[in-house]
Amino acid sequence: MILFLVRRILLLIPTLIGVAVVTFFLIRVIPGDPVVVKLRADGAAVTEETIQAERKRLGLDKPLYAQFGDFVVGLAHGDLGNSLWTGQPVLKEIAIRFPVSLQVAIMATIIAILISVPLGILSAVYRDTWIDYVVRIIAVSGLAIPSFWLGMLMILALLSWKNWLPPIGYVSIFQDPVANLQATIMPAISVGYRYAAIATRMMRSALLEVLREDYIRTAKAKGLFQKLVVRRHALRNALLPVVTVIGLEFAFLIGGLVVTEQVFNLNGIGKLFVDATTRGDFNLIQGLVLMIAVIFILVNLVVDLLYGLLDPRIRVS
Amino acid sequence: MANISITPGSIARPADAIPKRPNPVWLFIRTQPLGFAGLIVILAYLAAAVGAQWIAPYDPEAIDFTAMLTPPNSEHLLGTDQFGRDVFSRIVYGARTALAVGILSSLFGCTLGAIIGAASGYWGGRIDTMIQRVVDVMLSFPIIVLAMVVVAVLGKRPLLGVDMNLVAAIALPFIPKMTRIARSSTLSIAQMPYIDAARAAGYGDGRIIMRHILPNIVAPYLIMTTAFIAQAILLEASLSFLGLGVTEPTPAWGLMLSGASADFYKSAPWMILFPGLAITLAVFAFNMFGDSLRDWLDPKMRS
Repeated sequence: MILFLVRRILLLIPTLIGVAVVTFFLIRVIPGDPVVVKLRADGAAVTEETIQAERKRLGLDKPLYAQFGDFVVGLAHGDLGNSLWTGQPVLKEIAIRFPVSLQVAIMATIIAILISVPLGILSAVYRDTWIDYVVRIIAVSGLAIPSFWLGMLMILALLSWKNWLPPIGYVSIFQDPVANLQATIMPAISVGYRYAAIATRMMRSALLEVLREDYIRTAKAKGLFQKLVVRRHALRNALLPVVTVIGLEFAFLIGGLVVTEQVFNLNGIGKLFVDATTRGDFNLIQGLVLMIAVIFILVNLVVDLLYGLLDPRIRVS
Repeated sequence: MANISITPGSIARPADAIPKRPNPVWLFIRTQPLGFAGLIVILAYLAAAVGAQWIAPYDPEAIDFTAMLTPPNSEHLLGTDQFGRDVFSRIVYGARTALAVGILSSLFGCTLGAIIGAASGYWGGRIDTMIQRVVDVMLSFPIIVLAMVVVAVLGKRPLLGVDMNLVAAIALPFIPKMTRIARSSTLSIAQMPYIDAARAAGYGDGRIIMRHILPNIVAPYLIMTTAFIAQAILLEASLSFLGLGVTEPTPAWGLMLSGASADFYKSAPWMILFPGLAITLAVFAFNMFGDSLRDWLDPKMRS
């Protein structure tokens, strides 16, 4: 197990380097001038002089390899530069907003697991009955409804029936759990619904596949009850792909949060990213993109490790 | 046993022995009713997009301060927004934006991805390893994040009413996904004897890829393109909602929702309900059609 862990972590290094390189070049190589965009966003006059001055100030007048050198050196020191807008270190800006998004993401994951596993099992066990159809319609619609619109619908419903609006502003869950949950539960549901839909589909198809296996037939043949067969024999194997999907989508939740945080006015990573994009704050964009990719890779690692825990066969090979 | 009847003489006739091949269109309708329903909805959206000027009763950009926030009535089918613009007309014209951006970006991303993937799988070796590493890295960014970075760097470049940079931004995240699929399909095709035959006949790599490999990955290509159109429509709506996609006064569904700020939740719920329904229905239809297309074209791809 330790060997497995070490090998997986060593394999991360090239991917992480790749992510840093792609992030760096994505912003600089795409034809288009961040400086012009930034000046426009600032409302400053866009002349040749202001462009040159701004470039010099941001160090963008240096050749690309020198810029990349600075970037790598900064990265090694844990320094992602300063936000062009507030002047604060990028890492600090991100650190302030991070807990909100993380909390909503975790809540959405819990919601998704609570919905998808039972629904997926029901759908697979009662295949081609009305239960299955209802579950499948819920799952397919979850992929089609934009999460931000779902959020708006929830606000609309609560406003017209209860005349209640979710509180604006985030309080730490340790300070005031009630206010915290009031602010975060609806964003979590609106992101979690889509997440649950994807996981439900996976749960259903994985379980159906496993239920066709020989050892399931054996278990049934020796007289075990259906419930026991599903729970003891089938579920454990069927959960593997579901764990993968939940893990993979956890990172993509951050993407879903970008839009949903806007609807609920939550000051998380997503809103920070939108603000950075509209303001042309390229240092901040770079830092955020890097962080999101690193989260994705780390979550992947955790999924792989979970895999190893769930399935002894993977550990050995 | 009773329902099997053999009339004398019928067995010997070869014409009966070969079952008549059913019309493929009819077969699709019969075996994939949901996909067919999706197709009907898609066609309706296409009709709305093409014939918007005849279907929409009002100019989608016409501001009418005497009819601000009118609830749905016989004059304004789906009500009006805070500028008195007709919501129905804006949704109809919005179909134009959504489909143009959705279809163009999906086609663009899938085509580029298919070519890169085919080349990567065909040549293998160092090129393949390099391309696959880049693809790995690109896949570790959520699609909306990639698209937002491109939008932020590129700014806007309208061409015939469609922002080409927005199309490029939405297409970019699809390229690595299609690359991976095209590569794995190519790997199996590249081992076929007819590829060796083509090489033995002296054809160049370019010709083999274009003429012998690409036509064989048409099925996954079509399936992915349809599926990506749904995602692209959703992505365009999200970007426009954030103010990073289509900009006012151009009618777009996501943009209509972003205009519906908190003040209007209570006074004008139709501003929130209908554009969202338009997005959901379009995405639903493309998803349904895509799923059925997959089952129909390639039963092996069913997962």
